[in-house]
Amino acid sequence: MSLTRREFLQILAAASAAGISLPGYGVAAGKEKADSDIYELPKFGNVSLLHITDVHAQLLPIWFREPNINIGIGKMQGQAPHLVGQHYLRHYGIAPGSAEAHAFTHLDFVEASKRYGKVGGFAHLATLVKKMREQRPGALLLDGGDTWQGSATSLWTKGQDMIDACKLLGVKVMTAHWEFTYGDNRVKEVLEKDLKGHIDFVAQNVFDTEWNERIFTPSVTKTINGVPVAIIGQAFPYTPVANPRYMIPTWSFGIRDEEMQKQVDKVRAEGAKIVVVLSHNGMDVDLKMASRVTGIDVILGGHTHDAVPKPITVSNASGKTLVINSGSNGKFLSVLDLDVKDGRLRDFRYRLLPVFSNLLAPDREMAALIERVRAPFKAKLEEKLAVTDDLLYRRGNFNGTFDQLILDALLAVKGADLAFSPGFRWGTSLLPGDTITMEDVMNQTAITYPTSTLTDMTGSRIKEILEDVADNLYNQDPYYQQGGDMVRVGALKYAIEPNSTMNKRISAMELKGKPLALNKTYKVAGWAPVSQPMEGAPIWDVVAEYLRNAKHVKIGEPNVPLIKGIKQNPGLA
Amino acid sequence: MSVKRRSFLKGTVATSALGVAVGSGLLQPRAAWAAWSEKAFSAKKVDEAIAGLYGSATTKDSSEIKLTVPDIAENGAVVPISVTTSLKNVESIAILVEKNPAPLTGGFNFSGNLEGYVSTRIKMGETSDVYAVVKAGGQVYSTKKMVKVTIGGCGG
Repeated sequence: MSLTRREFLQILAAASAAGISLPGYGVAAGKEKADSDIYELPKFGNVSLLHITDVHAQLLPIWFREPNINIGIGKMQGQAPHLVGQHYLRHYGIAPGSAEAHAFTHLDFVEASKRYGKVGGFAHLATLVKKMREQRPGALLLDGGDTWQGSATSLWTKGQDMIDACKLLGVKVMTAHWEFTYGDNRVKEVLEKDLKGHIDFVAQNVFDTEWNERIFTPSVTKTINGVPVAIIGQAFPYTPVANPRYMIPTWSFGIRDEEMQKQVDKVRAEGAKIVVVLSHNGMDVDLKMASRVTGIDVILGGHTHDAVPKPITVSNASGKTLVINSGSNGKFLSVLDLDVKDGRLRDFRYRLLPVFSNLLAPDREMAALIERVRAPFKAKLEEKLAVTDDLLYRRGNFNGTFDQLILDALLAVKGADLAFSPGFRWGTSLLPGDTITMEDVMNQTAITYPTSTLTDMTGSRIKEILEDVADNLYNQDPYYQQGGDMVRVGALKYAIEPNSTMNKRISAMELKGKPLALNKTYKVAGWAPVSQPMEGAPIWDVVAEYLRNAKHVKIGEPNVPLIKGIKQNPGLA
Repeated sequence: MSVKRRSFLKGTVATSALGVAVGSGLLQPRAAWAAWSEKAFSAKKVDEAIAGLYGSATTKDSSEIKLTVPDIAENGAVVPISVTTSLKNVESIAILVEKNPAPLTGGFNFSGNLEGYVSTRIKMGETSDVYAVVKAGGQVYSTKKMVKVTIGGCGG
């Protein structure tokens, strides 16, 4: 049973009385707030920005467990966002057992979820956005992308449900990543038919492969309470590598620091007093970019799904840049208040507000839109497939229990020796005892290239894949990372040494107690092939078939590799 | 016509006729350069290729060469690359990929007082360091950058 709004507030008040404050505004402010409402934020300054990112099409309230493994290596070790569990709480001074501890970490996830209820949901988020706008008139709502993908209804409407919901929510500027997996024509169609006059779609780093000309408007300048604020878009730099190239065959991406610098200089010259980068780089890349490109006041980032409650201030050759990342799945709303005087940023206040669904009455208009969107698909969405005895989640550097379920399904249905599943960071959680519906399965699998595969691979090819993905996760230079987690692996045991280098991280590969033979061929099941469109059963049918037969799911411990060479890393709980 | 396209064409014109022919795909580098250095183009190692071109494998690291190439290649078969240098009296620019079976992928001869700029596309078989070597004022300079060629997928 989750708490009522009143009980919830009482707990917050008790936490506050014990001298524990919410992060961001200091002890005194926290105390006052807990007595009234965590969403009563004193207005500060004259320019306010609201930021959501990586919503992954979650229109309804959900559970979302934050990672217990998010290892930072090299310069990133022990630094945000590579902090989990107790390390995270200590770093930010958050009280164990508090609502914030639940929102920001995986600790006591099942118990705390029951206590504090679900998070997110667009109807609840809409109420919160309206409240923030009332408190801070002129506040501009920005969407960092990965909004149109991640659910059944978004896939079946080609993102239309989310596009309509974002317009209603009042998003003014967006950039993108998974949006591109609907293909170049669909993106262009949405820009023309839906977004024009409502939402500016900005991306400075997408160019035509032939003439090297920009596909999208790189930036837009909005005047907020008399202050010209430029918002420069940075789409996910590795979209054609991490997702199918064939969806966007003539668009080239990349980080493009130099182009970013030119764009910053241009908008400054044109009169912008505040320069914001709306980024889908991933937080480690944002931090590096902030150290190299000058003249950016704030990076509002996403992609790596890091919920970081305080901005990180990065120094560069000509000043300082605040780097903010706002979590995922509609679980958080970033509220950034800037004090701009005499043409420059003087001070700021920031809060990453968890969206506790029980604390926010659903907005009627948004609730009606969501109901309308779901109505035609209701029966399909609500099909009950099985009951889970265990907590199911995905997020983390290695296999989550939901990945394990997908891998078990692939192994069983495809008759494979081992299985791979992509290291996506999206995918919601389910509590023990929850019924797994078709909608829940789609929340893990809803992509435009869902084909399940069975491929013959040699042991050395299997190692090559593991090494390749491990380098995309653990390269010491964030510009060489892709921002996903490690590929999930079924049946195969292995050891990994994150601090090592390309082709030297993976060892001790074992299948059914025997070493994997590099020259032997194995049957490998997988899904989400990126090289070309393929025929075959979509992954959700494979998982659904498995679940209908199983009726009850018990996962136990997920297949996490032996992690070597990492001692007392704050990214490991 | 956009500024980008104009500057692209301007840059192309800045290289010699041979450079234009190679860059635009009218000539295979091997054919165009055969008379000049068969040894350099058939070399299996970066050092040998540079020695084949310039007589010695020794180059001077230079911050005056700017190598613009993606950190991670979107498609190893066509990796866009440009080399710009502020060095004076540029005589030639060469591009080498360490892990390619034949590292020397292209060379561009300059004549007269021209801007040191080359833009082309190269093929890469695997993750490798990419070298830009510039001969200017009788000296040989270089810079390098790692470019990753990955299997892809699994992001985000």
